[in-house]
Amino acid sequence: MTAFVSREVLRRIEELEIPWGPFGVDPYGVSKKHLAVGFSMVEPFFRHYFSVKVLGADNVPARGRAMLVGNHSGGIAIDGMMVIASMFFAKNPPRLAQGMVEKFMNRMPFASMLTGKLGQFTGLPEHCIRLLEDERLLMVFPEGARGTAKLYRERYNLVRFGTGFVRLAMRTRAPIIPFAFLGGGAAVPTIHNAVALGKLVGAPYIPVTPYGLPIPLPVKLEVEYGEPMLFHGTGAEADTVIEGYVEQVRTSISQMIEKGRARREKAAEQTLRDYQGGGSAT
Amino acid sequence: MKVLIPGIAGATGRVVALGLLQAGHEIIGLDRRTWPDAPDGVEMHRGDIRSRPAEDLFRTHQPEAVVHMATVTHLVARSEDRYRINLGGTRAVFEHSRRYGVKHVVFVGRHTYYGAGPESPMYHTEDEPPMAVTSFPELSDLVAADLYAGSALWRMPEMTTTVLRMVYTLGPTGHGTLASFLRGPRVPMILGFDPLYQFMHETDVARSIEHALKARVRGVYNVAGPPPVPLSQLIRATGRKSMPLPEFAFRFAMGRFGLPRLPAAALSHIKYPVVIDDRAFRRATGYEHAVAEDRAMREYHDAFPVLDDA
Repeated sequence: MTAFVSREVLRRIEELEIPWGPFGVDPYGVSKKHLAVGFSMVEPFFRHYFSVKVLGADNVPARGRAMLVGNHSGGIAIDGMMVIASMFFAKNPPRLAQGMVEKFMNRMPFASMLTGKLGQFTGLPEHCIRLLEDERLLMVFPEGARGTAKLYRERYNLVRFGTGFVRLAMRTRAPIIPFAFLGGGAAVPTIHNAVALGKLVGAPYIPVTPYGLPIPLPVKLEVEYGEPMLFHGTGAEADTVIEGYVEQVRTSISQMIEKGRARREKAAEQTLRDYQGGGSAT
Repeated sequence: MKVLIPGIAGATGRVVALGLLQAGHEIIGLDRRTWPDAPDGVEMHRGDIRSRPAEDLFRTHQPEAVVHMATVTHLVARSEDRYRINLGGTRAVFEHSRRYGVKHVVFVGRHTYYGAGPESPMYHTEDEPPMAVTSFPELSDLVAADLYAGSALWRMPEMTTTVLRMVYTLGPTGHGTLASFLRGPRVPMILGFDPLYQFMHETDVARSIEHALKARVRGVYNVAGPPPVPLSQLIRATGRKSMPLPEFAFRFAMGRFGLPRLPAAALSHIKYPVVIDDRAFRRATGYEHAVAEDRAMREYHDAFPVLDDA
């Protein structure tokens, strides 16, 4: 198992600011060994299969509490995985982004254990507050499961945002770093969400692609981090106030998505032109 | 200070008594069980806390503080007995304490109060409700005793009440729910789950109670020791072998093949962690644990080696 772990991953794990106990486990059960194997497995996907482009990683504070808030893209958790990978591989020193996992995951054997050992805990406000107060880096998708259920044609849309994340960020005085994730919808082109099939395995649904299984295609992915946003207050403000802040975050994310979309379309056109140009030459 | 300890003869009770004795307190012990080699400074009385002679102890000795450790778990007593001991006993402790002018009552409860489950947060704080009543009905009498003790905070304001919710104990006495679970050479786990277990050494239990008495803190507090450890690691470090079984096989195997017999609801406590936040207690009393997780596990291992080790 250790032969499979890359030296780079081990070095980066040592750079994480996490209080490891005598057995390489932190007070939440995050395990060094599992991180090493996990990141080593994700690395080829991050670097080669999806060749994830990371913009603005410096907008994420080097240390201390912060909340990464972005859009869901792709019916399975590749967005979350690649955001975590981007904070680990493309940020110096690296940080461990800790996501808030859908509740059903914790009921499933192995999924429950592995998510926990990799620092990905059930999405509960208590976890959110504690991790932020512990100066950790939190990753939140306020679209929730509504967001992962986006179909291919909806891939650049944002669905309704929950408001809880802004209240929690205000309560803990944590900056929000908005991020836009692009390409997940093309990597897992969902044409239908099979709810009945999902129930069989204890998940809310299983995404169905034109080729059947939700196996991601080798599409170039992008994640862009925006400027930190800090909202002052107690988090107990009226809904109308909070909704205004949520809208600001949503707007920032959607602007980055639009920018990214234009960039991607231009790149695609360029590729096509190059291809056609090459074609006419022969 | 004169301290009465109902439930003194249990393994943890003895360690607590010795600790308090060392700290210079005068100890009066009460238990249905005996403690034949009780040290000199401990005045032992045999009997039930709900009996007339027990009330007489309060009347004649006029203890200044009471440390109530006479509660039992489902591992020790069947349900009817348990209700009588845990609820009737706790009521007697508080009523006698009020009647005979006790200044401080410390109720020693358990962290399993919070229950375990897939949607249960890590690091419970004292203001959370007792989810154990739904997830683990066999704990409901202990939960009720905890809440009853807590009600003394407003019902008996003339007295200081401290309710302590303590994590599992682990150490050379081998006493307690966790220690019993780990006793055999093979410890069953549920395949695909590896929850964190939070435990403290017996001497830290004594230390924390000593701090609670000294600071005379009023309120409900979580008490823990070192950071929690994954069950797989706990099994390895105590020299045992883990035996991961799929959940259905686990249910079937309980009480067979030399494995412990557990109520069905106990499974949630083998799948999910009960981890508590004890910062409030540390802040209020200055308590700090002295025994780290690796030492507690090693001492348990040395006191209860498994045959394969030899």
